[in-house]
Amino acid sequence: MLTCKDFLRELSDFLDENLDAEIRANLEQHITECPNCWVIADTTRKTIKIYKGMEPYPIPSDVEERLMQALERKMASKHQ
Amino acid sequence: MLVSSQAGIDDATLVAQTREGDARPFSELVRRYEGKVFRLAQHVTQNREDAEDVLQETFLKAYEHLDQFRGDSKFYTWIVRIAVNQALMKLRRRKSDKAVSLDETIDTGEDNIVREIAAWDEDPEQRFSREELGGILDSAVQSLEPLYRSVFVLRDIEDLSTEETAEALDLSVPAVKSRLLRARLQLREKLTRYFKRKGDDLFAYL
Repeated sequence: MLTCKDFLRELSDFLDENLDAEIRANLEQHITECPNCWVIADTTRKTIKIYKGMEPYPIPSDVEERLMQALERKMASKHQ
Repeated sequence: MLVSSQAGIDDATLVAQTREGDARPFSELVRRYEGKVFRLAQHVTQNREDAEDVLQETFLKAYEHLDQFRGDSKFYTWIVRIAVNQALMKLRRRKSDKAVSLDETIDTGEDNIVREIAAWDEDPEQRFSREELGGILDSAVQSLEPLYRSVFVLRDIEDLSTEETAEALDLSVPAVKSRLLRARLQLREKLTRYFKRKGDDLFAYL
């Protein structure tokens, strides 16, 4: 019988869909019977989804300008 | 800025063209990944000035050592690896804090933190503006210890695989997995404060 601790230990692989069918079936069985683990799995899944959906902010133009200037100096020195 | 004529060309071709002595394709590679590298650098160093240094050093090093890129991994993974190394060096220099060491052994035992168990709405992030959400997510990541933060940033923000994350941080795959689990659970805990279903609090007072 799977405990909540067993479930938590496998949670990342469970959410990444990185488990054998048999272990996966056991974990799925556990969350149908354990509301706490269901909530933990669901909210952790949403946590990952929200972060993955985050686009990087556009890079500030002054930062990009200094980057491009540094690169141009580098390129010029390499091709002398 | 000039509109790039190289927008549709894949990374490997741009790398090959740069190696042949044309510097322009490299600028396109920079444009493709500068945003992600800058974000990663900010997350790891937590310092805007250091992040800008890391951004520059990363692309300068990549340009200088482009002949060492063998093409058996993606260009993006290679760049991320350079960026992570530069960022960790900054971090170590700034804080000689032992918590910064990524080699430190951590307890991977049973005490994964789960204190708050409250259901969230289906798309709880939609309650917040883009700016508010960005602030909430960034400050939650910043509150993680460096050794969890780096793993989470690479794995779940930059979307590297477990193996690529292990390679970039010079960690074993099991170490990446245990740190990732901790990081995810800690973030879940922190975000529950903002994202839990409205009304569920009521029951806490009954």
